[in-house]
Amino acid sequence: MNRREFLKVAGLSLAGLTGWQTFNLLSGGAFAKSLPGVQNSVQKQWGMVVNMEACSRKAGCNDCIDACHRIHNVPDLNSPKDEVKWIWTASYDKVFAEQDHAFSNKGLKNRQIIVLCNHCENPPCVKVCPTKATWKREDGIVMMDYHRCIGCRYCMAACPYGARSFNWKNPRPFIKEINQDFPTRTTGVVEKCNFCEERLAKNLLPACVEACEEKALTFGDLNAADSELRRILNTKFSIQRKPHLGTQPKVYYTV
Amino acid sequence: MYNAGKVITGIIIFLIIVLSPFWYNGLTGKTAYVPLLKVPDTAKQCVESTQYMKENHMELLNSWKETAVRQGKKTYTAKDGKTYGINLTGTCIKCHANKEEFCDKCHNYAGVKSYCWDCHNYPKTGAWEQKTAGSRK
Ligand code: HEC
Ligand code: HEC
Ligand code: HEC
Repeated sequence: MNRREFLKVAGLSLAGLTGWQTFNLLSGGAFAKSLPGVQNSVQKQWGMVVNMEACSRKAGCNDCIDACHRIHNVPDLNSPKDEVKWIWTASYDKVFAEQDHAFSNKGLKNRQIIVLCNHCENPPCVKVCPTKATWKREDGIVMMDYHRCIGCRYCMAACPYGARSFNWKNPRPFIKEINQDFPTRTTGVVEKCNFCEERLAKNLLPACVEACEEKALTFGDLNAADSELRRILNTKFSIQRKPHLGTQPKVYYTV
Repeated sequence: MYNAGKVITGIIIFLIIVLSPFWYNGLTGKTAYVPLLKVPDTAKQCVESTQYMKENHMELLNSWKETAVRQGKKTYTAKDGKTYGINLTGTCIKCHANKEEFCDKCHNYAGVKSYCWDCHNYPKTGAWEQKTAGSRK
């Protein structure tokens, strides 16, 4: 084979390879679906919207937090240093620090906002986990596999929302009443909200959504154009936490 | 051999003393000891055949864990077509409610230590045990 023939064959093979990928991409084949950013239209993408006004109606209400922490055996360590939390509150000027300014509405400034894991589209925690103990499911839920967690806490450093807690102590003595249906955690693992993955599998709404009497939390499929979630996002002004970081949170807030 | 009689007697006495635990167990019938397991009387059959469970329950549980947690599939179809919810507490321990007299008894005998119960729950004499030092570090 001389040089000329070799180049011809090589060129043709290359064209063949890319041609196949192009065909695949345009026809929506498996290759197209494997690309980031190309959504498989049938796959659900779970999301949540928090109505901040409705959430503030009942002062001091912790119904959602209580429900979540009860069913997931989240311990109450009663110390900010060791605290373990899946869903909690923080004041507006902390949650939306970049929105807050010297003259922002006083009532809003001090308002307690409900916060939880944002189940980001681009989760930084997943990128840094050395054991794949945390990963993003196809339905968008950022899951924890406690069996694989080695407690290195890289994910906690990576999460810009402080949504992850480390078990410094054996949590069991600090759980008022253990819910037998959900395992506890142990010393040395990181934990966080799982969007009630175990309840979704049974066609139940997340516990926090169900517990809220003011209906301040709406959960649903972001890919379903006719969902209540999409209707709210479509008709109201919504914000996300730290959108400039590019994590693309799937927990939205309406003012 | 110099002093052969004394050396050989010494070796025999040494062997008798060193091997005495084996003699003792052999004579008292303890070598034939197998733990008597409390099998549930609420059911006749395990998830899979008893022989399969004896040999493979750790592998089965490992694949249950992968299927339920990583693949999000929460039911298991056994070889005989029956389906079970994938749940260590809710399925295995629902039948084998007496974990101490079943899982633990055999594990102690075989020298197996599983850390699953640091997190997974099981009933202990009616109340849910809360005090074990839940640490695997
Ligand atoms: C660090 C705590 C921890 C340890 C140790 C642990 N698990 Fe789990 N396991 C969990 C949690 C939490 C879940 C539920 C995850 C979810 O649904 O989000 C779970 C889920 C499971 C499931 C599926 C659902 C269920 O509740 O049973 C299986 C099966 C399982 N684990 C098996 C095991 C086995 C076998 C071991 C021991 C070799 C073990 N686990 C050790 C925390 C643990
Ligand atoms: C429907 C009730 C039921 C469920 C659920 C169940 N088992 Fe069993 N299992 C039994 C019964 C009954 C036997 C005894 C069968 C026999 O005596 O032949 C048994 C036997 C066994 C054995 C063999 C014991 C021996 O004699 O050596 C093991 C190991 C075992 N089970 C483990 C498990 C594990 C692990 C799970 C969960 C994945 C589980 N079982 C779920 C009922 C159940
Ligand atoms: C008949 C004896 C026997 C019974 C009964 C039994 N096991 Fe085991 N199990 C073993 C043996 C032996 C091993 C170790 C196998 C190995 O190391 O390859 C083991 C290993 C395991 C492991 C893996 C542990 C590890 O660290 O790798 C788990 C999990 C487990 N068993 C769970 C159970 C549960 C849950 C039950 C009760 C429902 C049970 N076993 C009942 C004999 C038994």
